[in-house]
Amino acid sequence: MSHDVGTWVAALLTLCVFSFLYRDNPFYRFAEHLFVGASAGYLLAVQYQNVFRPNVIEKIGHGELLPFVPLVLGILILGRAWERTSGLARWSLAFYVGIYSGIAVPSYLQAQIFAQLADAVKPFQPGWGAVNSGLILLGFLSVLAYFFFSAPHKGLHGFSARTGIWFLMVAFGASFGYTVMARISLLIARMQFLMRDWMGILPGA
Amino acid sequence: MAATPNGVWQRVLGIDRRWIFVLVGLGTVLPLLFPVNLPVTPSPRVQAAYDAIEAVPEGSIVLMSIDYEPDIMAELQPMSIAVLRHCFRRNLRPVILTLYPAGPRLVEQALAVATAAEGKKRYEDYVFLGYKSGNQAVILGLGENIRGLFPRDFYGVRTDSIPLMQRVNSYADFPLLINLSGSAIADYYIRIGASRYHRPMILGATAVMATDYYPYLSSRQLLGLIGGMKGAAEYERLMGIVGDARRGMDAQSLVHVIVVILVLLGNVALFATGGLKRRIGGGA
Repeated sequence: MSHDVGTWVAALLTLCVFSFLYRDNPFYRFAEHLFVGASAGYLLAVQYQNVFRPNVIEKIGHGELLPFVPLVLGILILGRAWERTSGLARWSLAFYVGIYSGIAVPSYLQAQIFAQLADAVKPFQPGWGAVNSGLILLGFLSVLAYFFFSAPHKGLHGFSARTGIWFLMVAFGASFGYTVMARISLLIARMQFLMRDWMGILPGA
Repeated sequence: MAATPNGVWQRVLGIDRRWIFVLVGLGTVLPLLFPVNLPVTPSPRVQAAYDAIEAVPEGSIVLMSIDYEPDIMAELQPMSIAVLRHCFRRNLRPVILTLYPAGPRLVEQALAVATAAEGKKRYEDYVFLGYKSGNQAVILGLGENIRGLFPRDFYGVRTDSIPLMQRVNSYADFPLLINLSGSAIADYYIRIGASRYHRPMILGATAVMATDYYPYLSSRQLLGLIGGMKGAAEYERLMGIVGDARRGMDAQSLVHVIVVILVLLGNVALFATGGLKRRIGGGA
């Protein structure tokens, strides 16, 4: 068994969380509340040390005036806590939405619309690769047809839309399979931690 | 009195779910205790990621963003260790950062394992810049002035004074961008690092995310993709090392078999008891 106090705390908290698999109980709720509180506290401390102190306090301490702008905008956000001052938060939000849109919209168009469209219409690959290219094109057009609701899903359009559903189902199935794998991975890692780091019955990392 | 076949299927449908938890638990624990080391075959996506690192000239400095927290370290930590070891083995010098507050400790853990295994030293072979808040703003800033964005590294040393950092200051200085991410940060790197700044990029993602990023492989916005613990195990296989991902693959396979059998069993039971008709008809 481990001689490290931290490992013991982590192991016991893991067991507390696992106890929920039997039924809800005070040990699980204790671990849950501790996690929420510790996470919030950690996040607050990190944000203060890494964001607020170097970007606001230290810079103002050196006589810089620019940090007052984000400081005031940040304080205005807190106005939402009271009904009378909640309107002030809109200034901060407007600023934030404007900046975010400016960053996101062009890069989104460039990376996720134009680049993907260019890929969708590129020439078919040679040999058997053409089958893949054809499937991608077929999937692309039929799924687009499914999400085109301005015309009833009848006739050729209806056939395309139904084909699109099949492609969507395959995609959802692949995604679900990966999700199962992800969840099992989490369980495996916890078991590796319990059996190796805590109990010491598995070989080392 | 012997149960009718219908009664047996009814009992299957009514089984206490905690028995399933026990089954999955055993399916996880037993292969860890008694491994059979099932073969792991690298997929083309992981092979492409491996080849992308192989193609970078020796001595180059690569940018590596490790963006996850303990909740998904099961999938991404083995990946980080394997990719770091690969970089070190190829004498590449990673400049590492994280955009998650709880990331630095995990990066340090991964670096401790990788540097011990490959015999590498801080500042000579890698730099860890630490955590920076701001996600997209930081990723955008990496294209302008990295030393301005990170005036000091994680250990408080001025980045201007680190010889390795004096050679790089924006995306253009890195022949490869590596992102190991469990969130939309991967999207931001694809949009900004790979698409706007045209940097060759490989991505390590959680299994849940993996399928969302396949289209970027086709469009060559990503050169390679490592998905989940399976991807990490494939990477370890390519590296010729045995890490947590490969050790976990026996359990992964057995639990998948259990899940498939349970799904089939549940569906057969539903058909056999006429449950599907009842549900479609709005019955119990």
